Amino acid sequence: MDILRFATAGSVDDGKSTLIGRLLFDSKAIFEDQLEAVERTSRDRGTEYTDLSLLTDGLRAEREQGITIDVAYRYFATPRRKFIIADTPGHIQYTRNMVTGASTADLAIILIDARKGVLEQSRRHAFLTSLLRVPHLVLAVNKMDLVDYSQERFEEIREEFTAFASKLNVADLTFIPISALNGDNVVSRSENMPWYQGTSLLHHLENVHIASDRNLTDVRFPVQYVIRPQRATDHAFHDYRGYAGQVAGGVLKPGDEVVHLPSGLTTRIASIDTFDGPVEEAFPPMSVTLRFEDDLDISRGDMIARPNNQPQAAQDLEAMVCWMADTSKLTPRSKLTIKHTTRTARALVRDLQYRLDVNTLHRDEEATALGLNEIGRVTLRVTQPLFVDDYGRNRLTGGFILIDETSNSTVAAGMVIDSR
Amino acid sequence: MLQRDYTTSQLDVLEAEAIHIMREVAAEFERPCLLFSGGKDSIVMLRIAEKAFWPAPIPFPLMHVDTGHNFDEVIEFRDRRVEELGAKLIVASVQESIDQGRVAEQTGRRASRNRLQTTTLLDAIEANRNDAVFGGARRDEEKARAKERVFSFRDEFGQWDPKNQRPELWNLYNGRIAQGEHIRVFPLSNWTELDVWDYIRREGIEIPSIYFAHTRKVFERDGMLLPDADVVQRGDDEPLFEAVVRYRTVGDMTCTGAVQSTAATVEEIIEEIAATRITERGATRADDRASEAAMEDRKREGYF
Repeated sequence: MDILRFATAGSVDDGKSTLIGRLLFDSKAIFEDQLEAVERTSRDRGTEYTDLSLLTDGLRAEREQGITIDVAYRYFATPRRKFIIADTPGHIQYTRNMVTGASTADLAIILIDARKGVLEQSRRHAFLTSLLRVPHLVLAVNKMDLVDYSQERFEEIREEFTAFASKLNVADLTFIPISALNGDNVVSRSENMPWYQGTSLLHHLENVHIASDRNLTDVRFPVQYVIRPQRATDHAFHDYRGYAGQVAGGVLKPGDEVVHLPSGLTTRIASIDTFDGPVEEAFPPMSVTLRFEDDLDISRGDMIARPNNQPQAAQDLEAMVCWMADTSKLTPRSKLTIKHTTRTARALVRDLQYRLDVNTLHRDEEATALGLNEIGRVTLRVTQPLFVDDYGRNRLTGGFILIDETSNSTVAAGMVIDSR
Repeated sequence: MLQRDYTTSQLDVLEAEAIHIMREVAAEFERPCLLFSGGKDSIVMLRIAEKAFWPAPIPFPLMHVDTGHNFDEVIEFRDRRVEELGAKLIVASVQESIDQGRVAEQTGRRASRNRLQTTTLLDAIEANRNDAVFGGARRDEEKARAKERVFSFRDEFGQWDPKNQRPELWNLYNGRIAQGEHIRVFPLSNWTELDVWDYIRREGIEIPSIYFAHTRKVFERDGMLLPDADVVQRGDDEPLFEAVVRYRTVGDMTCTGAVQSTAATVEEIIEEIAATRITERGATRADDRASEAAMEDRKREGYF
């Protein structure tokens, strides 16, 4: 059994909470006491139906205001897979939450109301999914029951969305007509839409192939922590020196020749260690400890790669950034802390090239700042080289965060553009 | 050559993620500590810590907030495990907080030291100058927890502000804090109760005996089975009876209920949980029943 992480985007009006509620309920991930609590609250508020959004809206402010303000993580499993849902609110003021949820997602579900068709909001969600390089996108055309399960309506929406998506980086796009309320095509195939030849949503989630979404080609091992036991009682490990980290790309094997960055020195992997014994290979997302044949000066923030396949060592970065702070703006000359893999440095915003309108994809080159939830292309100067790949090639070595040096808040998410 | 798939099981992925989180903390913080109660989640967390730094010892101490109302079996287990690992254990005592007048003991039949723990915990964090504190909380436990970050920022009063949380992207965690603030770190955020039990089975991890079915004198209150113990006040209208029970969660005796069960092995427990229709906190925790936002309120104050 493996894990599929997926993000859902859409508003309550699109039936998102109903869909999630149904997936959780039909996979028995909602328990009786949770359901009772929701039924009780629904009754107290005079709602006629059981409001499943109460299951996901966990904070007092959310329940009081009837809105979702943050990313909620939900869990369910079927015999085939464990699922982690990053449930994100749909409105434009929550772009940062959708970016956050999409950053780790293997798949995104965008909900569309079949009566309303492709809205500005749907296009924005698709763009963000593409910007964050979520490998699989599902367009769930919901409320099919309210358009008489019309194939014509479904095809119209499919065509309109496909035309828009051709401008984006969407590797795998699937359209599924559903009714979350009635359960059509959610868990099992619906008899109401015999014209639909595809699978149910859950079947798709269970079977979509994600193993090859990871980068298994470019060896990238950010050194996270140096393990030197020096435990006087345990002489066997007295001279042990291992470099711990989580594999960010490629497949490592003992005996492989590797290069250490920033030194550029080469050595071979002597052993790949774990608590459970040495292993013959390591690949994403394994957390392991490497030992090398030669004694090199290696510390946290360094990178291990292959001599003939190295990341770019960059002090000047081109990147798309999403600004996430409500109390400050990104402007040229802003100084921030940058965290990229295990390396932390300082960054200076040299230039804001344009601000992107997330609804129209229009580039505003006159923009002088990025405010909350705004996305733009920037040039950064960093105090020490970062070992980066294009975000589209590797999300782990292409993604970074920016931290405000006064408030210590995370103020931006960045995605490296390799302009070589 | 055949194309390999390089698939990883859900437990391998969750373990790798938790190890990564622990190493980030060890690398970036001065004085972390790990909350260890002897409950199953903290036992799993401790095993992850052992794995993350092997063959070096765990590079931070453990801390137990002792209400003085713990099960003997759990305290005995705690001490044995600490000794096996050669770890350092800090015991923060709620009794001492009461004796020092930091908190006032509740009175009456439903008196519990559950809420008092927060003061004891925050005092201990301050006294030990901890800048990071590992907790075994999981997001599937409770809906306020479903929205908490892996690195959860706490201000100088130890408070959590759910509306002002740091965005958390990819596997990048922001551990920047000012003097007096700290970060609660939850390496098991993405685990479910079943994942924890599957992991205990796969790793062959020992757990305290009270998790397995045993015969115990109990009485019923609000649909929960509470134990016969000096610290639990029982009314005349609450008769004792013998039952075969086990504990799904391990906490303070005064507010942790047992469930009727004959599951005597980890395999049987997994079967039972896979079939159950009630959450672990709903079944066994009086503290969460107080109100719809009981957990959120306690968390804001600085609770685990």
